[in-house]
Amino acid sequence: MDQFTINLLFVGASFALYIGIAIWARAGSTSEFYAAGRGVHPVTNGMATAADWMSAASFISMAGLIAFTGYDNSTYLMGWTGGYVLLALLLAPYLRKFGKFTVSEFIGDRFYSPTARMVAVVALLVASLTYVIGQMTGVGVAFGRFLEVSNELGLFIGAGVVFAYAVFGGMKGVTYTQVAQYCVLIMAYTIPAIFISLQLTGNPIPGLGLFSEHQASGQPLLQKLDQIVTELGFKEYTAHHGDTFNMVLFTLSLMIGTAGLPHVIMRFFTVPRVADARWSAGWTLVFIALLYLTAPAVGAMARLNITEQFWPNGTDAQAVSVETIDSDPAYDWMATWEQTGLLGWEDKNGDGRIQYYNDASPEMQERAETEGWDGNELTNFNRDILVLANPEIANLPSWVIGLVAAGGLAAALSTAAGLLLAISSAVSHDLIKGQLNPKISEKGELLSARVAMAAAIIVATYLGLNPPGFAAQTVALAFGLAAASIFPALMMGIFTKVNNKGAVAGMLTGLIVTVIYIFLHKGWFFIPGTNSFDDSDPLFFTIKSTSFGAVGALLNFVVAFTVSGMTEDLPEEIEELVESVRVPRGAAAAQDH
Amino acid sequence: MSDQKSQSTKAQKKSDTDYWKANLRIIMISLVIWALVSFGFGILLRPMLSGISVGGTDLGFWFAQQGSILVFLVLIFFYAWRMNRLDREFGTEEE
Repeated sequence: MDQFTINLLFVGASFALYIGIAIWARAGSTSEFYAAGRGVHPVTNGMATAADWMSAASFISMAGLIAFTGYDNSTYLMGWTGGYVLLALLLAPYLRKFGKFTVSEFIGDRFYSPTARMVAVVALLVASLTYVIGQMTGVGVAFGRFLEVSNELGLFIGAGVVFAYAVFGGMKGVTYTQVAQYCVLIMAYTIPAIFISLQLTGNPIPGLGLFSEHQASGQPLLQKLDQIVTELGFKEYTAHHGDTFNMVLFTLSLMIGTAGLPHVIMRFFTVPRVADARWSAGWTLVFIALLYLTAPAVGAMARLNITEQFWPNGTDAQAVSVETIDSDPAYDWMATWEQTGLLGWEDKNGDGRIQYYNDASPEMQERAETEGWDGNELTNFNRDILVLANPEIANLPSWVIGLVAAGGLAAALSTAAGLLLAISSAVSHDLIKGQLNPKISEKGELLSARVAMAAAIIVATYLGLNPPGFAAQTVALAFGLAAASIFPALMMGIFTKVNNKGAVAGMLTGLIVTVIYIFLHKGWFFIPGTNSFDDSDPLFFTIKSTSFGAVGALLNFVVAFTVSGMTEDLPEEIEELVESVRVPRGAAAAQDH
Repeated sequence: MSDQKSQSTKAQKKSDTDYWKANLRIIMISLVIWALVSFGFGILLRPMLSGISVGGTDLGFWFAQQGSILVFLVLIFFYAWRMNRLDREFGTEEE
């Protein structure tokens, strides 16, 4: 059986499973559609939240970013897990006690202001939609590669699948589907990593293998990696090269953004009790940590494998020959990925070998001169292909490659579905029922939720075909927005006596300033060429647009406290509401109003 | 009768305030540890920890790529356990 058939088999079987579960668990009432009737166990909920949270960015992209940068990209690891501490300590139990369906409902009630609720809805919609666009782009690329169809066709197939289970399933369908997706994606991520860790270090746990001895050389793995990359003129893998201030702000932005993303917070409304909301956050992080503790090992080991493939006899001997690449099955992955346009090499000096090195390094330029090299000949290695290509590079069995294909798609699809649910509830519950037509019937509300979901898929698919930028940039905007608008409002709502005017002013300031800062650096509405600044030389100090969410959040807090301090105190019933949210006693099932 | 009732409401309020203060204290301690392992050991204090070697690199690198995540896990479960105990101490748990 060829690799294409095996991929198709794995992807097909996993999808049949997800769709089957979605049909089996079809939602009946509004309460079930949004919050699965609150009958979800913390461990189940944690697993589903983990699948929801770990998107194409975590699964497909992150290890590749770490592999080619090293220590400096630890920001992703710390940022995307550290946010759960904030969520567990500062938000989850209180929002569950509050007992409503959506994040904007909390903001609207706590700040006794339809305006606050509307601002929150707008922030949630913009953040979720931009995030889902990034996911759809990832869905398209992954489908295109594994089904060997064009990017566009891959995107349409993916959109159809997301539509099928998100629109017809609702939260309950999505919850159990996402449990299945978690199982598929975590196996797909860890199994190849275990194989590779065993090959290189003999240690079956990748996170431990990373700090073990590299068996072939007898040196510690990371030391070997540092040595081999510096010999080719690249920066030391384990050293800190970038700007420390920006690194701290970027980590903080990712953390706050995690705790402010609506599709993650919504999950904590679905557990039966306040105590379960606390445990649920912990279980979620357990399931996320399984991937995040493995990712740095995947990155480092892949970098070592790739470098050694191009320099099979060591960095001071001859590079790999074109003939070997064409004929040796160990190099088959290069031809496969070349078709996607995401990998490229060229024998520039015509010596029949492919020299992979950093041609910007002065020492390497010297060596290139004596050896007759004409620049780096591995001309293109897209970071996003690393995880998907990794099992092929390490020559793992074809069933592992098929499994990784299914896992990558599960990661992208599950997040897209969770985000679509957040979008549909924001439109039908907050916008239509909360504002435009409070008397809408339950049936009408459910219908409008599904229409909103379908509309969001169409918009996301369209923008996925013509993406406003790289998926990672789109995701960065989503994080910055959530960090700058939602998280501070929720936190102040629980921990302070900030009033309605303060909250609205704070959210608007955080949201608008962050959007403008990002557009100034990435182009207005992501139209290329309309940017006035570049992330390599940002407007404020060394703060890149991806790190600005933390600054936006700070502005939100400052403005909110200032405005609130200058205006009237909280009404008595809101003071009571704040006090009741702080104590678990008397938490009831969520109420619709 | 109504006097008794208002007195018990007052006692309840006082107990809830104490409960909240205890909660804030636990949150503060947890967040200090949270910041210390990530922003501290993982980034800002890494140069100071460079003398402690771990598997071919230093302790700061380990905290940035493994240690901080493990500490985050411990923190969340500690908080859940501690708060559930606090709920029982103050009688604030759900029925």
